[in-house]
Amino acid sequence: MVSGLINENPIVYERKERVRDVRTDSSNTNELSVDAIDQLEVFDILIAHHIRDIKDPEHPYSLEQLKVLTEDSVEVDDTKSHVRVTFTPTVEHCSMATIIGLCVRVKLMRSLPPRYKIDIRVAPGTHATEAAVNKQLNDKERVAAALENPNLVEMVDECLSPSFE
Amino acid sequence: MAALNNLTEHLEAFVDVTRSPTHHAESLKAIATSLEKGVLSINQLVVEMDMYLTTTDDVVRARGILLLAEMLDYLKSKPLDNAVVHSLVGFFTAKLAEWRSVRGALSGCLALIKRKGVAGVVTAVDAEAVAKSMAQSIQVQSLALYDRKLCFELLECLLEQYPEAMINLGDLMVYATCEAIDGEKDPPCLMIAFHVVELLARLFPSPSGPVASEASDLFEFISCYFPLHYTHTKGDEASIPREDLSRGLSLAISSTPFFEPYAIPLLLEKLSSSLPVAKVDSLKCLKDCAVNYGVSRMKKHYKYLWPALKDALYASTKTDLSFGLESLTSPGFGMGEIHREAVNLLQRLVKQDISFLGLVVEDIRVNMVFDTISRYSRYEEMLDTSKLEVLVVSQILSVSARSSVESCNIIFETFFSRLMNTLGIVEKTSTGDLVHNEISTVSTRLYHGGLHLCIELLTTSKDLIPSSEECTSTPESAQQSWCSIVSRFSASLIEAFTSAVQSSNDDCSADAYLGVKGLLAMGMFRGGSSPVSRSEFEKILTTLTSIITANSAKTVKWELALKALVCMGSFIDRYSESEKAMSYMAIVVENLVSLVRSSHCSLPHPMILEATSEVCSTRPTYVEKMVEGFEEAFCSSFSDFCVNGNFKSIENCSQLLECVTNKLLPRLTEIDGLEKSLVHFAISMWNQIESSVVFSYDFNGREFVEAAMKTMGEIVGVASVDSQNSIIQKAYNVISSSTLPAMESIPLTVAALEGLQRDLSTRDELILSLFASVIIGASPKASIPDVKSLVHLFLVSFLKGYIRAAQALGSMINKLGTGSGGTNISTDCSLEEACDIIFHESDSSKTICGSETFLGKICLGFCGSLDHQTRAITGLAWIGKGLLMRGDKRVNEIALVLMECLKSTNSSGNALHPSTMKHAADAFLTLMSDSEVCLNRKFHAVIRPLYKQRFFSITVPILESLIVNSQTPLSRTMLHVALAHVVSNVPVTVILDNTKKLLPVILEGLSVLSVDSVHKETLFSLLLVLSGTLTDIKGQQSVSDNAHRIIECLVKLTSYPHLMVVRETAIQCLATLLELPHGRIYPFRREVLQAVTKALDDPKRRVREEAIKCRQAWTSISSRSTPF
Repeated sequence: MVSGLINENPIVYERKERVRDVRTDSSNTNELSVDAIDQLEVFDILIAHHIRDIKDPEHPYSLEQLKVLTEDSVEVDDTKSHVRVTFTPTVEHCSMATIIGLCVRVKLMRSLPPRYKIDIRVAPGTHATEAAVNKQLNDKERVAAALENPNLVEMVDECLSPSFE
Repeated sequence: MAALNNLTEHLEAFVDVTRSPTHHAESLKAIATSLEKGVLSINQLVVEMDMYLTTTDDVVRARGILLLAEMLDYLKSKPLDNAVVHSLVGFFTAKLAEWRSVRGALSGCLALIKRKGVAGVVTAVDAEAVAKSMAQSIQVQSLALYDRKLCFELLECLLEQYPEAMINLGDLMVYATCEAIDGEKDPPCLMIAFHVVELLARLFPSPSGPVASEASDLFEFISCYFPLHYTHTKGDEASIPREDLSRGLSLAISSTPFFEPYAIPLLLEKLSSSLPVAKVDSLKCLKDCAVNYGVSRMKKHYKYLWPALKDALYASTKTDLSFGLESLTSPGFGMGEIHREAVNLLQRLVKQDISFLGLVVEDIRVNMVFDTISRYSRYEEMLDTSKLEVLVVSQILSVSARSSVESCNIIFETFFSRLMNTLGIVEKTSTGDLVHNEISTVSTRLYHGGLHLCIELLTTSKDLIPSSEECTSTPESAQQSWCSIVSRFSASLIEAFTSAVQSSNDDCSADAYLGVKGLLAMGMFRGGSSPVSRSEFEKILTTLTSIITANSAKTVKWELALKALVCMGSFIDRYSESEKAMSYMAIVVENLVSLVRSSHCSLPHPMILEATSEVCSTRPTYVEKMVEGFEEAFCSSFSDFCVNGNFKSIENCSQLLECVTNKLLPRLTEIDGLEKSLVHFAISMWNQIESSVVFSYDFNGREFVEAAMKTMGEIVGVASVDSQNSIIQKAYNVISSSTLPAMESIPLTVAALEGLQRDLSTRDELILSLFASVIIGASPKASIPDVKSLVHLFLVSFLKGYIRAAQALGSMINKLGTGSGGTNISTDCSLEEACDIIFHESDSSKTICGSETFLGKICLGFCGSLDHQTRAITGLAWIGKGLLMRGDKRVNEIALVLMECLKSTNSSGNALHPSTMKHAADAFLTLMSDSEVCLNRKFHAVIRPLYKQRFFSITVPILESLIVNSQTPLSRTMLHVALAHVVSNVPVTVILDNTKKLLPVILEGLSVLSVDSVHKETLFSLLLVLSGTLTDIKGQQSVSDNAHRIIECLVKLTSYPHLMVVRETAIQCLATLLELPHGRIYPFRREVLQAVTKALDDPKRRVREEAIKCRQAWTSISSRSTPF
């Protein structure tokens, strides 16, 4: 393991104020209307969920505060059951990138309907070993194997545990 | 002697530091009580304590001295001998020098110094000695927190109670204070320290005194705290809030004019800081300083103060001026704290010294606005910077004008004519005519910025008009030159504002807003010396009224004008301006009321009604006028309909009634005399119906009947008993004159009922419904004539299908004979007799109200058609509700009949129709739920406490056994519906007491009701009952026992397609179940996870969100990483 933190002094951004739109109200009156899963909802699952926040494994800030994930980095197509999340590691050589990616994947696997295909990738040009990380994150076998490892599962669960702010 | 023995014990206990604080407190208390009772004198105590006070053991001596001090604190109000006090003070003063026992010495001195008004106070000489000793021998900052606080308190006390002695000490006190404060960081101590500074400043006002000579040092010690900033925000709540401490500091800084050379520069410097707290604090403090330092000292700083203040105002103003309805009576832009304080300071300065205004008047920036104002005509077009200029300058000028009459005069003299010039508003000549110069189209020169400025000035100046009583004492002409300026321009100003409103179109609300606001400002000048003459005032009213009457759609302009009129109305009422009230009445009220009366006008009827009701509720006389107008309008529209068949009129009628119910009735308590007018209105409704004998046109105007019923019921509900009686009497007369009494003679047999095939005429139906509403609203004390025939009438009419009649019957039964004052009813007809008529038996003379009665037989389908059957059931439910609420036993029989109807067959073996069963099941909802339309508190129902619980305990066991023995699925479903109604309307504590018994039935009910979408609402209320039991500790055991069934049931409900809230609640319940013991729920995790995973794909977002939370929670109990 590397001794000390990889990015000792990350830039912390302010949380963007999100306006909860009125769409939920309008749909409540009509039993038959369907609210499709959209970008904001997936982003909420990842970031602003009331109970669970994904935290950066190495800092006590949430991924939103570090701008690792933004609302625009989530692409959703409800009809094709496909979601793609692009995240930006704080520094180019961040060894935590795979862990962050794994956390995102696990969180989405637990929160989205099983019909969804989940695609996770590092934003182009933001990581030294971009291709390798992408391959690792989207390889079903390797993800499954990783989740067999009790140490890794513990780490992921730790990241997904509630943050009491 | 016993007391003395105990004393030694207590003394030992207190002196022993190894004992607990409670122990110490107990012994203190014991000694104090014996002292207070006089068993022990203070002399004796001192003698007894001799050893403790003089021992060489430091700890014991300190404790002993502290004990003596504490005792003195207890005896604050007990008379003591002067000599004793003298010697004690001497003792404590001497001990001040001894650091080990300093706490006892300090508290002792403090306790003695605090004595006042009782025999035995410290003499001035002794006090001086205390102060001297303290100043010389105590180093405050080297002491612990509590001791420091004692020091400051002692200083405060000395300065407050022995001012002469302290003056003698002079310099010493000031030095001592400086030394004590230096470096203090604790808020409670500082709070006292600041007060000490204030006291010192008060004691030494002379310019040659010690405070004057030491001002620079003293100020240095306190100024370092400014602006206050707490580094440790989290702490004990007992600590002093920042605001209080900052206020204390501000008072200390402003306490003496000698601080002026140091304070003002410091404050100005802090004002220029970027920290908002610093700005606010400096502004507050500057205001205090301005008050205390005096004009001559402040004057030196004006040339620095004004730019700083101006900058603060500019920096704290936002440029988004709102042209909305809500800002018509407010400045129209948000005010921050800095802004508010800056405004306060400016006002203070101008009020105090009129020469400060010179700076304002000559300010280049202020003057420039008047030159640039005409550059833009529309507010939106203006650059942000010029918007800011206009807003800030208007604020500055209006605040300065508000300060005093004199300043107002100066401002108006300097700026108003210039402003008018820019705006192209011309003066009135001496003859009173307007001078029309070449520019006749005023509208081309409306500049929003200028208008805003002008309105702000007018609005503030109106507050300066003295009220009528002051008016006589002050010579007007000398004071109010601004008044004459305004009055010179008033006519053209009004014209300009009017044209602004009239030229405005819908997409630009700014014109309309400014115009209306301007008119409002002009209309709000008070009293006889107002610059606006009566004819001009009337012109304003006419303009506003014409806006209201001319618009055919609800525009912003319309709403603004209405709000302005309402403001003016309440303003007239508040200052009781009789002359203006007359104008208002003649122009606004009568105009609008006449519009209500006439059915032909361009304005939609609801809008006239809204405008009239809003405007008229500002003053009782208007209300009277309005209700009169409403009455007339109702009568004419109603007769217009009856004679000419004009459907538009009947629509107007219903809108009018709705307006009465929704707008007027809720404000009954606010408006005096409204009740009387409304009762009159109700009676004239009856009169009108009575006089329109023939309805030449039938109408299916349910809407009108509904509205009339509602209004009538509510009016009766709020009226006094006497008024109720008169309405009831009137209504009864109308009933008697109609064809309805014929129904009273119909015998209660099926044959007779079926013979009455023909429906009621429209008029009779209306009369019956209205009469029923009157009865529903009547209080138990009101007297109802001829109850017996009325009971009969209602009985027949509800069997004919008039539900309102059933409700009226229920109300009547509920209130009969319970009114304490109204003996009329009981003499006429008792409850027994009424019940006799209702539950009239078909064959025998025995009166019970069970299935053997006529009604019961119809319900059970022994006789009569299906229609009769369902109507009888509904009627029985309302009668039962009336009986149930007053706690009458007969309801049990009714419940039995209703439950009988839920079985699949009646006792003679005939199958019951499904709709009968449905009505019977719904009857339980009627019985148990709180009704909006009748039998509630608003309509004076007699309500016995716990009636729901009683009904619950009677019916639930029977329903349960019926469910077990039910023969058909339909009957079972209906029984469950009935049970669900009972269970979900009873208070939750009752359910919790019976969880064990109820839970299986509720679960079965949930699965039965989930089959058909018709029962979705019932299902939801039952599910809520279940969720209530899950979370409570009382239900925990039985929930745990039934866990498998609950989970099974909830899992099924997570995919209930008909109602989203059911799915959401079911998932929430599943999450709640995790609180059960792990062993109970672990076996079901797979099942639950499967269901919740499916719910992740729910069409509704809210369900999905719950599902995510629930899934996460359930996953964690099976996860390896979670230890169990």
